[in-house]
Amino acid sequence: MQSNRRIERYVAPLDETPIAAVDAVDTSKKASSVWGDAWKDMRGRWLTWVCLVLILLIAAVAIFPELFAKADPTSCDTLNSVAPAIAGHPFGFDVQGCDVYARVIYGARASVIVGLLATILATLLGGVIGAIAGYYGGWLDSVVSRLGDIFFAIPTVLGAIVVMQMMPWDKNAMSLAIVLAIFGWPQVARIMRGAVLSTKHADFVTASIALGVSRSKILLKHVVPNALAPVIVIATVSLGTYIVAEATLSFLGVGLPPSMISWGHDISVAQDEIRTTPTLLIYPATALALTVMAFLLLGDIVRDALDPKARARR
Amino acid sequence: MSEGLNFSKNDAAEEETPLLQVRDLEVTFKTVGGDVQAVRGVSFELYQGENLAIVGESGSGKSTTATAILDLLAANGRVSGGSALFDGKDLTKLSRKEMEHIRGREIGYVPQDPMSNLNPVWNIGFQVRETIEANSELRGRAAKARTVEVLKEAGLPDPAGRLRQYPNQFSGGMRQRVLIGIGMSARPKLLVADEPTSALDVTVQRRILDHIGTLTSEYGTSVMFITHDLGLAAERAERLVVMYKGQVVEYGSSQEILANPQHPYTQRLVAAAPSLASRRIQNDVAGKSSPTESAEVKQVSLDKLAKPHVVKGEPLIKVQNVTKVYEISQGGFKKTKFKAVDDVSFEIRKGSTMAIVGESGSGKSTIAKLFLKLEDITSGTMTFDGEDVGSLPKNKLLAFRRRVQPVFQDPYGTLDPMASIGSSIAEPLLTHKIGTPKSRRKTVAELLDQVSLPAATAARYPNELSGGQRQRIAIARALALKPDVLVLDEAVSALDVLVQAQVLNLLSDLQAELDLTYLFITHDLGVVRMVADDVTVMRQGEVVEAATVDEVFENPKEQYTRDLLEAIPGANFEFGKSA
Amino acid sequence: MLWYIGRRLLQLIPVFFGATLLIYLMVFAIPGDPIAALYGDHPPAPAVIEEVRRQFNLDKPIMIQYLLWVMGIFQGDFGVTFSGLPVIDVLASAFPITARLAILALIIEALFGITLGLVSGLRKGGVFDTVSLVISLLLISVPTFVIGFLLQYLFPITLKIGRTTVSRDAPWDELILPAIVLASVSIANILRLTRASVAENMGADFVRTASAKGLKRGRVIRVHILRNSLIPVVTYLGTDLGSLMVGAIVTEGIFNIQGVGGQVYLAVQKGDGPTLVAFVAVMVIIFMLANLLVDLLYAVLDPRIRYAK
Repeated sequence: MQSNRRIERYVAPLDETPIAAVDAVDTSKKASSVWGDAWKDMRGRWLTWVCLVLILLIAAVAIFPELFAKADPTSCDTLNSVAPAIAGHPFGFDVQGCDVYARVIYGARASVIVGLLATILATLLGGVIGAIAGYYGGWLDSVVSRLGDIFFAIPTVLGAIVVMQMMPWDKNAMSLAIVLAIFGWPQVARIMRGAVLSTKHADFVTASIALGVSRSKILLKHVVPNALAPVIVIATVSLGTYIVAEATLSFLGVGLPPSMISWGHDISVAQDEIRTTPTLLIYPATALALTVMAFLLLGDIVRDALDPKARARR
Repeated sequence: MSEGLNFSKNDAAEEETPLLQVRDLEVTFKTVGGDVQAVRGVSFELYQGENLAIVGESGSGKSTTATAILDLLAANGRVSGGSALFDGKDLTKLSRKEMEHIRGREIGYVPQDPMSNLNPVWNIGFQVRETIEANSELRGRAAKARTVEVLKEAGLPDPAGRLRQYPNQFSGGMRQRVLIGIGMSARPKLLVADEPTSALDVTVQRRILDHIGTLTSEYGTSVMFITHDLGLAAERAERLVVMYKGQVVEYGSSQEILANPQHPYTQRLVAAAPSLASRRIQNDVAGKSSPTESAEVKQVSLDKLAKPHVVKGEPLIKVQNVTKVYEISQGGFKKTKFKAVDDVSFEIRKGSTMAIVGESGSGKSTIAKLFLKLEDITSGTMTFDGEDVGSLPKNKLLAFRRRVQPVFQDPYGTLDPMASIGSSIAEPLLTHKIGTPKSRRKTVAELLDQVSLPAATAARYPNELSGGQRQRIAIARALALKPDVLVLDEAVSALDVLVQAQVLNLLSDLQAELDLTYLFITHDLGVVRMVADDVTVMRQGEVVEAATVDEVFENPKEQYTRDLLEAIPGANFEFGKSA
Repeated sequence: MLWYIGRRLLQLIPVFFGATLLIYLMVFAIPGDPIAALYGDHPPAPAVIEEVRRQFNLDKPIMIQYLLWVMGIFQGDFGVTFSGLPVIDVLASAFPITARLAILALIIEALFGITLGLVSGLRKGGVFDTVSLVISLLLISVPTFVIGFLLQYLFPITLKIGRTTVSRDAPWDELILPAIVLASVSIANILRLTRASVAENMGADFVRTASAKGLKRGRVIRVHILRNSLIPVVTYLGTDLGSLMVGAIVTEGIFNIQGVGGQVYLAVQKGDGPTLVAFVAVMVIIFMLANLLVDLLYAVLDPRIRYAK
């Protein structure tokens, strides 16, 4: 290893390479939690605000439709059948002679209620089952996972078609949401289970065990909060997909009863007039697409904000 | 080599142009928060047949410098200034096609992590062969024959039979050999080796580094080592670049720099490196080196480490014939038994530090888990303060947990990312129902002070802290219950040298102050020398040698212990002493 | 590998019985007269009702009913339709049509989804990426039946390209438009998945090492980035088949295609319960088998699964 080549020595001037104290805490910035960081990231994107405004608007329309439409969506006059737009009725009239604008506004409620209820039920059911299966493992996990596989083998809307077709009771938003959640929970459970499995062996969990913290407390205090991010993302996205499912079922005629105003139902009726008056279909379809898109986009944004890897890549 | 030959080589060197000449290299990354200069004005040169090491801590820009030279920066990075002349061509100005021609053929690359650098979906033969086909005219049978040859040269046993195996069927050391084979396959003029062995056990590391040495000197290949290990640099490279925060702080002959560091940062680094310090402590103990010489380079105080512990006290922990057997299901209903710990016995005296040293698979971490009662002992007994740990009743378990606390290896996994630092440190107090909310806040502040962190840290979250700071928080949490024993499972292994020295100092202060007993699990003999009183060397679940640290270091009885000691890079080099 | 296949087959058995039992219970464990529920307001001829009573063994306990029904399925006895035809005969003519439609849709979604996703992933943040991301979001947000009507309005009605309804024997060329409708949502999903996976693999260590080996950029993309990115896409195809089936019901309904989906659509419209149950059972079985196939394909693509201990 002896080299005869003379190697010049260079020492950087100290004023050009100042040395910081070893490992000092940076107190210049404000303290920020994982959620705080995520929100800070979301706050900085204009798309977040577009989504939030859109969702708030949709929520307002769903809660107070009468504030947005003066006309009554159920008072129809066949004399007005497929009549074009006039003052006070900007979207014109449908086959029955109902005001299309009013029906689009009043249709929001069904979509939002079914979507929200189905999401809440599926997330709670799947989240609890997935967390318990992943955390306690063993035979409980095997049983629950196989049960999930069984429900998973029946595509959500396909299963819902059969149940809604056979249902002897009145069909309403609640029963439809329950049916969707029954077939939708395994997806949440799988995600929750995976997330719990990946945190349950983390050192901070082992450290808590060594402290003498009880198992159930560790699950609630450490494991679940750390596994929540992917579940929140899937919940936001599935709100959109449940709204699509409701529309599809109503379109097929096994969703909400015709007495409830629903975009899917109106689109289904409008198909017969597609050659002459395509706008009858386009108005409710646009409302539906905008609603779904708002939730899907929000899901994307939340995912980016909660996943530091994705954030670094962006 | 004869004297005459040497002289003629030297004469030629006067006119010879360097193989690689880096001038004022700058690298800038585009981030959300604006542009960040990761490398600032880096210059060095490397001649044919020479080896150069770039040394620095994580974030110093050493790897970025290497990837910039190979034009392999991440998508958001670019060379924003300077040049890198290789064989007369400026690498920073070449087109993509020209660069593809140079990579592999003229500059080989050995990456850091053997686990992630081979594509998991292609077999080994395929991945070596595509390299050969990209850099030569060999095709078909000739290419296959060369593939086997390359792997054989890299020291892979039975290469022909392993071509169709996949990376996940290989051990880390074997994968690293494959990567070295790939890097050297076209006999490049320059080999860039980015921490080629940092993920491997010391004995494997030594064999692989020796292998790189033989291969490159045989083909006259220059090597550029990127490393955090000063010992490795001293042993393997003539030239040394020391980097700090994207800048070169010192550059020159590695022997000169390490013997007589001049920049304060290099001085700190040399003083803190455990494998090096271990030599010096040994000298101190033996009274061979004069203290004034080493005092100059001491920035991080190591004085107290230099003194051997005054060992006193009764055995607090007794481990007798402990065995742990795991059952591993091997697909199907077959189960094989695996002895992770095999008939291990030792004692730890109160107030002393027992180090358990071993390579991966030695069972050292299993001992920690057994003693922490995170897993059950298969046979044998472990007693703590006269009580059998294995058969503790539930009501005494909580009291035991209060007296024995762990600190783990991974600074990024040790704290709950969702919980604030304050609540993480307060968790033990809350669990054992100690104090009121107000008194707990006060205790948290005191504990933070004990680990030299400002009280305001309590409001922060783990993602805002560095690895060393997180480990100090983990220590504070472990101390919250005023335990008697800390089980430190590779607690400083993931830290940079300076931060590591800081944490080791802290641990030794705390031990003196609080009369703590440490069970110190590590793979690093250098660290052992700095902190432990007694040491147990383990291999494949069995105890190889157990004695006081001085005995083991000065007069190792077993061959394996000697192998371990010799495998420490730079073990035979005198550091911090002016040449 | 053999062990993996065997385990996967074993896992299928409880899922098969569980899923079919679930469907059966959904129909027959509901209180009231199942015959009345099955047909709603339009009771069929008394002979058909008798046949249904015989097929479902409604006089026996429910678990026996189920077992007899499942054994019937194994022997190809799926019962009779509203008009008294054996379901198996209808299936024999309907299945090939749906299979053709599904193959076309799969080709379209894989071709467009993967190609566009690859280009987007490689040029993340560029104009192409942004545009394709917006379009894919739109495709996911608009339900299949709306896309069906819109394309029907755009091509056959306005531009006079293609037909609004597909003829009885459903030739390949007439199936192209319905296949595009069917594939639309999946194209978007595959695009997004491929894009994310390509972007992730681009930053992988082994991709950088592949470049450092001296491989040309094209080869790095094909052999290392694309090949690895296909693994999650293939896994996705399994779950995607579920939405493809629901999509087939809607699409075949809109374009009046006499496939399996079209039969379900008609059964729902007519309130023909027994036919609906039979066809849904068939779809679920196909879905399970397809998922098995996807899992095996996954093992072929990813040696880590094949050689897992």
